[in-house]
This record gives sequence, structure tokens and C-alpha cells, in this order.
Amino acid sequence: MRYSGLKVITEGLFGNKGWKPAWRDPAPKAEYDAVIIGGGGHGLSTAYYLAKNHGLRNIAVLEKGYLGSGNIGRNTTIVRANYFLPGNSEFYSHSLKLWEGLEAELNYNVMHSQRGLINLFHSDGQRDAFARRGNMMINQGDDAVLLDREGVRELLPYLDFDNTRFPIYGGLLHPRGGSARHDAVAWGYARGADRLGVDLIQNCEVTGIDIENGVVKGVQTTRGAIRAKKVGMVAAGRSGLVAAMAGMRLPVESHILQAFVTEGLKPVIDHVISFGMGHFYISQSDKGGLVFGGDLDFYASYAARGNLPMVEHVMEAGMTLMPMIGRAKVLRSWGGIMDMTPDGSPIIDKTNIEGLYLDCGWNYGGFKAVPASGWCMAHLMATDTPHEVAKRFRLDRFRTGQILDEEGTGSQHNLH
Amino acid sequence: MRLTCPLCGPRDRREFYYYGSEDYLNRPGPDAGIDAWDDHLHLRDNPAGVTRDLWYHETGCAQWLRVTRNTVSHEILATELVAERKKGPAA
Amino acid sequence: MRILGKGQVDRSRPVSFRFDGRSFQGYQGDTLASALMANGVRLMGRSFKYHRPRGVLTAGSEEPNALVEVVGATNQTPNVRATVQEIFEGLNAQSQNRFPSLAFDVLGVNDFLSPFLSAGFYYKTFMWPRAFWEKIYEPAIRRAAGLGRLSGKHDEGAYEKAYAFCDLLVIGAGPAGLAAALTAARAGAQVILAEEDRQLGGRLLADEAELDGAPAADWVASVEAELRSLPNVRILTRSAVTGAYDNGTFGALERVGLHLPARADLPRECFWRISAARAILCAGALERPLAFPMNDRPGIMLAGAVRAYLNRWGVVPGKRVTLFANNDGARATARQLMAAGIEVAAILDSRTDASAVEDCPVYLGARITDTSGRLGLSRISGTHVGGQFQILTDCLAMSGGWNPTVHLTCHMNGRPRWREDIAAFVPSDGAVPGLTTAGAVNGDYTTHACLAAGHAAAVAALEALGRSAPAVTLPRAEGTPYRHEPLWLVSGKGRAWLDFANDVTSKDVKLAAQEGFTSVEHMKRYTTQGMAPDQGKNSNVAALAVLADATGRGIPETGTTTFRPPYLPVSIAAMGAGGRAMGFAPQRFTTSDQASRDRHAPMIEAGLWYRPSYFPKPGEKTWREACDREVAMVRAAVGISDVSTLGKIDIQGRDAARFLDLVYTNTFSTLPVGKVRYGLMLREDGFVLDDGTTARLGEHHFLTTTTTAAAGLVMRHLDFIHQTHCADWDLRMISVTESWAQFAVAGPKARALLNAVLDQPVEGFPFMSCGTVSVGGVQARLFRISFSGEEGYEIAVPTRYGEALFRDLLAKAEVMGGGPYGMEALNVLRIEKGFITHAEIHGRTTAFDIGMEKMVSPKKDCIGKAMAARPGLTGDERQQLVGLKLSDAVAAFGGAHLFTPGATVDREGSEGYVTSVCWSVTLKATLAMGFLKNGRARHGDLIRIVDHLRGIDVLAEVCDPVFHDPAGEKLRA
Repeated sequence: MRYSGLKVITEGLFGNKGWKPAWRDPAPKAEYDAVIIGGGGHGLSTAYYLAKNHGLRNIAVLEKGYLGSGNIGRNTTIVRANYFLPGNSEFYSHSLKLWEGLEAELNYNVMHSQRGLINLFHSDGQRDAFARRGNMMINQGDDAVLLDREGVRELLPYLDFDNTRFPIYGGLLHPRGGSARHDAVAWGYARGADRLGVDLIQNCEVTGIDIENGVVKGVQTTRGAIRAKKVGMVAAGRSGLVAAMAGMRLPVESHILQAFVTEGLKPVIDHVISFGMGHFYISQSDKGGLVFGGDLDFYASYAARGNLPMVEHVMEAGMTLMPMIGRAKVLRSWGGIMDMTPDGSPIIDKTNIEGLYLDCGWNYGGFKAVPASGWCMAHLMATDTPHEVAKRFRLDRFRTGQILDEEGTGSQHNLH
Repeated sequence: MRLTCPLCGPRDRREFYYYGSEDYLNRPGPDAGIDAWDDHLHLRDNPAGVTRDLWYHETGCAQWLRVTRNTVSHEILATELVAERKKGPAA
Repeated sequence: MRILGKGQVDRSRPVSFRFDGRSFQGYQGDTLASALMANGVRLMGRSFKYHRPRGVLTAGSEEPNALVEVVGATNQTPNVRATVQEIFEGLNAQSQNRFPSLAFDVLGVNDFLSPFLSAGFYYKTFMWPRAFWEKIYEPAIRRAAGLGRLSGKHDEGAYEKAYAFCDLLVIGAGPAGLAAALTAARAGAQVILAEEDRQLGGRLLADEAELDGAPAADWVASVEAELRSLPNVRILTRSAVTGAYDNGTFGALERVGLHLPARADLPRECFWRISAARAILCAGALERPLAFPMNDRPGIMLAGAVRAYLNRWGVVPGKRVTLFANNDGARATARQLMAAGIEVAAILDSRTDASAVEDCPVYLGARITDTSGRLGLSRISGTHVGGQFQILTDCLAMSGGWNPTVHLTCHMNGRPRWREDIAAFVPSDGAVPGLTTAGAVNGDYTTHACLAAGHAAAVAALEALGRSAPAVTLPRAEGTPYRHEPLWLVSGKGRAWLDFANDVTSKDVKLAAQEGFTSVEHMKRYTTQGMAPDQGKNSNVAALAVLADATGRGIPETGTTTFRPPYLPVSIAAMGAGGRAMGFAPQRFTTSDQASRDRHAPMIEAGLWYRPSYFPKPGEKTWREACDREVAMVRAAVGISDVSTLGKIDIQGRDAARFLDLVYTNTFSTLPVGKVRYGLMLREDGFVLDDGTTARLGEHHFLTTTTTAAAGLVMRHLDFIHQTHCADWDLRMISVTESWAQFAVAGPKARALLNAVLDQPVEGFPFMSCGTVSVGGVQARLFRISFSGEEGYEIAVPTRYGEALFRDLLAKAEVMGGGPYGMEALNVLRIEKGFITHAEIHGRTTAFDIGMEKMVSPKKDCIGKAMAARPGLTGDERQQLVGLKLSDAVAAFGGAHLFTPGATVDREGSEGYVTSVCWSVTLKATLAMGFLKNGRARHGDLIRIVDHLRGIDVLAEVCDPVFHDPAGEKLRA
């Protein structure tokens, strides 16, 4: 069923009785050519591109809860391509290009909105670091504009320019940066994959990975054994637990990242704003809620909920940067489980088990990566060679030292 | 969230700095090889359940603690001073 | 309409207020909602999506409809619950989400388009043409969406935060909470009783209950009086507990000044962090609306709320009231209204087996199938066992039973348990460690049961706290069992609202199920059910029931969404109190701060510190003029700079030298006493952590300096290495950064200046010496080190002498043609000399990159050595530190990228980048430092510098980064 404005009108005229399920609810088959463990954004996009780009049809996505129940449905929805290290730069650039065609590709309105992302800086040194980043973005073919203080004031007049702990020197504007409706991304890929024949199997937890003589043979699940020629582990914060079933120990520590949304408000913030000194970032959703977040709670956790110290820190950062939001009320807070790597960059790679592939380590930047992650993981699983834009996301890079440390904070998992 | 420092008693989480898994305690010898170092610095069991990790009572007594906790419930089971292990380096 | 003789408002104290520009009068004790209804106002808001006219539904913070803006003298507050906001003299409120007026709202047209605006319609359209999304569709959607408005002005209101500690936190002061608090208080435990309302009593007040045959308010007053008389009890009214967190921590929001005219001495709100050994949740229950066609008109309210307005505020929201309920308890609303002389048109009971005996008509098996009244209810119609009815009525009190207020027990991932007998979720045991639940929150809905449960919970908590329970006699109270029959949805032609605030109807939930969004989380996210300001408090259970029905599952199998903090919306300003302006982070000032400001030096942030940028002289118009002068001054005469912000760590013990050998790449055990050595510190992963000098003050006494930025980081690192790897060594360390004020004295006249302030002139004292000197009778430390390339010293005195020494140095220096220099000049001086800062050692550089791999001693282990040997950390592929020189003056281009001339300017062509740039007044050239692939082998080559952002594209010569005095003759002079 193709979605369109006309379809919405005709269905509306007839009581909306004709809408069909967005996806089937199939029972697992005994065998698949490829099985993806994890029905989040990355898993669904991997399945979609395996079918779309590589012609595989006999694919299953196994999800222990409901589709999109992980971080795809609990993030601050920021989409950007503003990295500066080779490896990250081309990957996120590719992802942003996929975002720019995603509605047409999926026939689903994911509400990708390029409202412009502004990273603020507060010293000459930070300006130069952002200039390095912005120049790399342009080298890569993306866009960036260096704003001085007055340039920022023109776009964001409501910031506190006069009485704030870290005065604003300027900002790096990424005009093509923005946000999207997070759940819609999961649903759009799910619907797209389903239409290409992918079996999306919910409430199906993988309990074991079958390996014989170094070759993957399938998985054990709460809905029975499933044979598979290829298995992709795409489990984000739970990657360590999944990989352990294959006897692997990953360079990943799982952490909580909290985020917040306020009650609905009339439009007041147009851009996505990032305030590095306070680890604070904010945008306003189309529904009117201010969506914002901060840093990790900083202790390893699978609880998907956080504590007050970081909550208050985030609010304090908001108050020093833009005290006009003081009277907005926080409606809800939540926590996601982040798969933090020792350099803050992801892993898309083969494992030392034949037929077993790994896509993880998205730290707290996985949302914007969803299209390219699936694209590249699908390429890897289909061809057994890394995709050109993801070739540096190697699992063994911590051993070789070919690391991708954008933050420069070193091999401590929670500092990226 | 509150932790009990063996020296200072129950204190707010804000006083502590979290570092990571107790794997950091087992520093390999200089010639131990890349596998040992990779284990030490990068690879993690990352359990959903009871784990041991290292915290620094940064705005308190400046002692490093080994904390036994549950990563799912956040229950804190034990805290002890790292320095009490009395362990010297290999060399 | 106000009823004589009813309610607890103070009728001797009238209060004037405004709503939508009209003046009204209420009484002290009124909420905005009660006062408006007393004045006959029913229409108070517009719904989110269809802009439907809406009135008050509830009498509490769970209100979904009556959200208004409160306008103050300098700012306005959106989304204020009229049901919570107490009126005060001069209160000015206005309706929101309407244009041009509440009664006539243009976007009310959405209501007629509702067939096309069904659940998730926006995912299916607005996709073509592509450019229209951002230019047309989305802006229109954004303008239509949202509720209240922020003013865009800084919130200058006062907010506070507080910590509190107690043995027992009692959440909610209804019968259960009061019984619990009283029991624990008498036992001597430290008790905090937190109540969201302005008064204690909970439903006892709203229900006109009787205890021991007397009005319940009497008992409430006596308990409150006793609690207030006890020193171990703190009562927090107007304080909602907003979240349950780990290890007995709770958040609470107190409305301190929101019920009063703005006062400078009173915060608007206070956010509490409560640490409680035990807690009892006595949060009660919330009444459920009924879903029937067109159930959202102003005048349709919850029966319990109608009762509350009657008994607490003496207000009836209509002249002819009808009751629609599925339970016995709601009958009290009709009876009390009739007793107060209000006409009750009928009782519509959805059950067929309920009593039909009342003082008004009773219809059994009743279903409302339609309502009318554009801006307020005027008529209802429906069916009952005897046929059909049509009733003229302007107020419908409805009750679908009650939902326990389980929210806090879900904050730590606890899942509530379905209780079939009351058709509601109740808390699971142990959902929050240390917290138990008592009373209606467990589904025990009688006053008698609440009192007994509160008492029992307190006794158990006291036992856990090691205290014995005191004697408490509980009053006699009603114990009528809760009898109801679930009624989730009355089907019919019109829409039946579930989530009033977000305009989610039963059709939306069914459509979600039809489209495969059958998981409760999918349904929620697809329809936005439960995502409005009330977070589904009024609607989640009914929506679940509709979904369960649509999918053929039971409610417990369907499951529930998660309640997350906060329990009710909390302002960012309250949780962020203290962060405004300078409060966000500590401010650190050096001892020379005032002296620098006296000279009009702009003070800039350096980490948490403030340091002078430059010291302007009369006639200098730009920072560059001052900077150039200061650089020349240091090179020609002498300059003084406060370097106290650098980290200083005092290390002592027989194993101190051995320890330094472990943490630095180079060797310190060979350093003679009285000497200073530069050291490079790696992280364990092999990258550079920090650099600095270490002085050997005695055989077992070292003083290590760190960069300003890394002071805390290095201290933590050293404590870690010590305590984890060599705790048994003889070693003590402490940060002495704040204990010493330290000043760099640099330039050819440095020694002359020093000798002018020292009690004994400096003798000998070659480069990299250290020792003790005396200045004005004060023992000081002197180090001969240089960050400028000139003959340089750093002199340190105890902090309390810092300012005096700084002023003295400046006065004497100026006589010699010298003076102070700021961060700008310091930066130029160090670039000219090729010294690195964190612009270069930014966490991704190795010893190899900065040309210091020879400093990694091959003779010993050190932190980071093993991992620095990984192949990726050395070699020609890495970008190495180089100098870049241009003869022309070029605007600053820090962050520019480096390209081989003729190579493509793209990501793959980029071979490096610029870290630091300055105009060198000494060399009359633009100097820069940067990293360039295989750069050390390319000295003498031309390299293209491209800064897209600043429009710079120039050629520079690659050279050694030491531009000035490469032989170091001046340094050692």
C-alpha cells in the first residue's frame, strides 16, 4: 500500500477502514539466508538494504521486544555530518545523503528536517578546533559556516550573551544538520523491509548462537532454533551480551544516556543547538516539546534510567546558556543504553567466526548513522568486504592503534 | 544515587568519579603482549548484573574504590579501598 | 456557582484576578479553576490537535484540559494547570493555543478535518514535493502544534534547590499518609511528609468524610497540629515527589512562591533532593474518565472532581448536574449535590444490577451515546435498560472507577501488577528498594483500610529502622467496599476521547491496531496516547483496554507503557536552579586578579580560571597592539605573568623518584636535588596526557607541575597509579595548586628584576635550577624555567603573599621598561619558541607526533609505553608536528587544513591541519604550528594552507617549529 496525501484523503472519506498493517507478523521459518539480531534502527536498515541493494529475500530480523524498542525510540533525534577524522567524515557524510532521500526511498515521512545545527564555542582554542572540523566537513563535500558572536546572536537571539559563565565566542553552523522523527525511521525501514519480503519477528529473543568449527550455523531463540547462513549482531547497548553467546568479548562498555522532553510549546527554538561546555544540546520537536540531553550518567549500566546528578547538570547548563527556557516544564525523562567504545567510534566488521558479523559501538551518536550503518553492514554481510565508507570501523583497531578518537579523551569507554 | 565510601561513609554520587571496570587493576607487564593489553584497556565482560568497577572519591578523600554493583538494578553490594590490595607492580 | 455554607475558602478575603483580560473575583483558597467555575466560566482551553473547546476535567495536577498561561510583570509561564494554580491578588492568566480568541479559534477547523487527521496520518503524507516539507508543511505544523508560549525572555525568577535527609519519607498526606506519618513521628523517627496539595488531608477533604463521627477535617487538623509540634517532623506542602532514584533518593518540587504575588525574597519553586532510609508511598488513586461519544465538552468532569469542588471550594460547575458512573462510590457526588440543594437531573449507572433507589431518577444499564453544546455541555442522550434518554444538563459528572497512582513505583523499572477485582494496576512489591505502598495506591479504597494500611506500613518501616512502634489509636471510618463493573468504551457514531490533551480517540487506538501497531508501546507512539502533559494519567488504562479489545488480548497480556520521572512536569529552572549566569561552574581567581583588572586587562576563561588576555596601554586600540608590545617587551626587557593556574603536585617519600619514573616517559630518579626537568606523561593507551616540569626539592621531595587544563586529570591519574599499582610504596601526594602563587619573570632583564625584589641576589643558578629564596622575609621558591625562550624564572610564594609580590614585581619592572604580559603575548612567545600546549597535545597525539619519541626511555617501563608501541601510533602515515612560516601578515587560520600544492582540496587530499597561529612581531612573519603527514621529512617544502571557513588559501614554508633562538642561547644566558 503506497502512502500519499491523496490516500490519506480517500481513506479519511471512508472511515479509514482500508489501511493495511504496516508490516506482517510472521512466524519464524526454520532457515534464513541471513538473520539480523536486533530490530532497532540499525538492524532494520541492515535488513532493508540487504534486500534492496543486494537482492537477498530470505532474511529475518529477530527482536526480543517490539520493533524499535531500543535507542531508535529514545534519543534526541539529531541528524548531522560534522565529524573531522577520516573514517568518520565520509561515513556520516554518506549517511546524511541517505537521510536526504529517505522519505522518497521509504515512502514514509520520517520528518527529516534540516533546521541547521549550531555548535557553540567559548574560547579561541575551541574556535580553532571547530574550524578544523568545519574545514574537514567542507573538504568532504558537506557544509559548514563559522559564525562569530554576532552571527550567533542573529540566529539565536535568546541565548544569554551577557551574563553567562562561558561567554559565547561564536559557533559552527552545519546548515544541513537537523532532526527527524525517531520512531518513524524505525517504522519506515520496518515497513520497507517487510515489503521486500523480510520477516520481522518480534518478541523473539536470541538465547544462543550456534557455531560449528568456527562457522556460524544459526541461532537459538525463545521461539525455537533458526538456521542461518549469515548472522548479523546489531544489538547496540546489548551487543556485549549477544557477542558473549558467540564467545566474544567486545571493546564495549554499556552506559546510560538520559534525555528529556518538555510539555508542548509554540515554536521558540528553530535550530539544533549544541553547547559543548555544558554537554547540552537542544531542539524543538514538531509537536512543540523541547527535546534535550546531556552527557552520560558515567557509570556502566543496563538500567535504561538515570539519576539526578546528571539531570540537574543538564538543566543547569540549559539555564546558563538560554535562561528563556526556565519556565518550560520537563514532562518526561528517559535513559538509553549506549554501547561505548574506547575511541567513541563504531564497529562494522566481520568477526573471527565465519558468517558472523558485528555492527555496534555507536556510543551516543547512533541515530544519525542508521541509514549508512544499515547500508554498510548490508554490504559487508552480502559481499564479505567492508564498504568503502566504513572500512576504518575495524574491530581490531584497538590492537593496531588505528583508532578514531574524535574527542581525544583516550581509551576510557565512557569519555566519548 | 549514593555510594558508601569506606572512609567517609554514605555520600552523594556527585562526589565520585567513575573510571571503569576492575580490569584496570590488572596492569600487564611491559612485555605481556598485545592480547593482555587489549584485555586490560579495551575488552570488557560488560555484564548485565553484578560487576566490579572503579570509582574515585574525587571531592572527598581522594581514594580509589572498588565497587561491587548490579548494572541492572543499580544496587550497590560492596565498596572497598583499592589501595588495601597492597599490590606492587611487576617491576 | 458558589454554594453557601460549603467549602473551605475564606469568604472574608476576596481576591481579584484576571482571565483573558476580564476581571473576576474569588476567595482566598481558590484555585484558578474553582474561582472561574464559581464565576460561571466553563471554557478554559483548546485541545492540542483539533482545537476542541475544553473545560476543567479534574481537581489536581493531572488536569489535561485547563492549561493556561500565567502572565507576570516581566515574564509569562505557559501550561499552568488552572486546577493547581491558587489565585492571588492581581493574578493574570490567559488561555493558550487559540487564535484569535478562546471562544472563536480559527484552527477549530481541524475538528472538521478530523477524518483526515487520524492517528499517524503525518507519516503518510507531506512527502511531495520534497522541498515543501521544510518550507511549507513543517512550519505550518509547528505553528499549529504546541500549547503555551514561552516569552523568549530570560527567566529572571528566583529558584532554589535543597537537600534533605530523613529516616522515613511519607509521600502523600491523605488518610494513609497521615496515619503513617503520625505513627513514625511518635516513634521519634526523622519524618518528612510531602504533600502535593496546599493542605493535608487528601480525599478526606474532598469527600466530606467523617471520622469518629465528626468531620474528617477535625482529625486532619489535630494530626497536623501534633506533627507540627514535633521537632523530628518536616511537613512539605505544595510539594510533589517527582521521582524515585537509586539508593533512597527522591526528587520533589515545592511550589514556594507560585501562589503569591512575585516577591524578591521568595523563590518561585524549590527542587528538593531527599535522601530517605525508608519511604512509604501513599499517593492515593486517580479517577478514570469514561470514553463515550463526544465526551470532551466543557462541563463534563470527573465525579470526584465535582465532589472536591463542592466540598473544598463550595463551587458547583453547573445548575443541573447528571452523574454517569460504573461504580457505587460516585453516587456520593449526586447525594452531596442534592444535599447542598443542587438539582441532579439523573444518575446514569452503566450497571444493570446497581441500586435504583436515590432521590433523583436513576437509569440502569445506561450508555451515553451523544452530547451537544459547542462551548459547553447542554444536552446528553443515550440508552438504558428501559429505552432511551435525552437530558438537558450543563454538568456531567463521570466516573469509570479509580486507578492507583502507581507512578513512582515504576521509576526504577518496576512493572505494576494488574488486579482483576478492581480492574486496575497496583504497585509490585519491592519495585523501589526501601519503599512500601499503603492505602488507595494499592487499591484499598476505603478510608478505614487506608488508615490501617498507613499505620501498618509505618510500623514495618520503623521495625526496619530498628525502632519500636508507638501506640496510635486510629479513628473509626467508613469501610464500604469498592463495587464497580468495568466500562471501557461506549461505542457510537461520534468520537470517544481517551487522551483529552492529545486528542486521541478510541478510533485512533483501533486504527493503530488495524495497522499492526499492536504492541502497547507502538500504539502509544503511533497515536501519541499518553504523551501529553498529563502523561496518560487520565487515559492510559482505558486506552490499553481498547487496544486489548481490538487485538483480542486481555489487559495484563497487553501490558502497559512505562511511567518515567518526573511524576508531574517540573520546570527546567527549578531543576537547574543555581546554574543561571555564573552559577553553572565555579569561578577560580588568581591572587593577581584584582591587580590585572586594575590595569584594565580583559579577563578570559582558562578552564575554570580567569587569566588576563592583555594589558592595554593608553592609545592602544586593538588587542594586537598590546600583544605586540608585550612580546617585544619580554624579548627586550622583562615581563611578568601569573602562572599560578598551572597544576602543582607535591610528591614526597622514599619511592617518589621511582614513582615519577613510572608515570613519566623519561627518568627522574637521576635528577639532582636543586634541578628541574621537563617531563612527558602518557596515558596508558600510549597517547600524550600532559607535559610539565618537575623540580627535585630534596632527596625524597619533588614538585610536579601540570598544564592548567590537565591539573585535575593528572592528580586523579597519579592517585590511580599509586593506589592501584604501588600502594605499598613509600609515597605521599597532594595538590598544592592553590597553596602557591607563582609568577613567570622572563626577559633579558629578568635577573635584574628578581634581584630587585629578592632579599639576597641570585647567584649562579643556571637554566633548569631550583631553590629556596627569600622575598621580603618570606620564604619563596625559585625555578629557572622558561616558556618564552628568554632567560626565565618562576618565583612562587605562599598564596597570601601573591598579590603583594605581583604588584611589587610590576612596579619594579616598569621602571626597567618591563611590565605584565597576558595570555595573548604568552601564546605568541611560546609559538615563536615552538613550545606546545593542549592545542597540540589534544589527546590524539603521540610522543612520535611531537618529535619526542626519544623521551620514552628504553631502559624502564612507564605508563603508556606498551601501547605506544602499537603500529598505528608511529610511522610516516602519522601527521607530525611542524612549523609553518609565511612572510606576510595573514588573518588567523587555526584549524585550516594542509595540502600539497597542486593536490586536490578534499578529504583525501588533506594532509594535516594548523593548531596554532600568530603574528610574530619578533620575526616579522606569520608563524604557525600544525601537524603534517610525514612532516619532519618535509622541512623546506611549500605547503598549501586552506581555510574554507575564513576564505584563506595561502602557501607557507614547512620548517622546524622552533622559530626563535633555535640554539637556546637566550634561554641559557
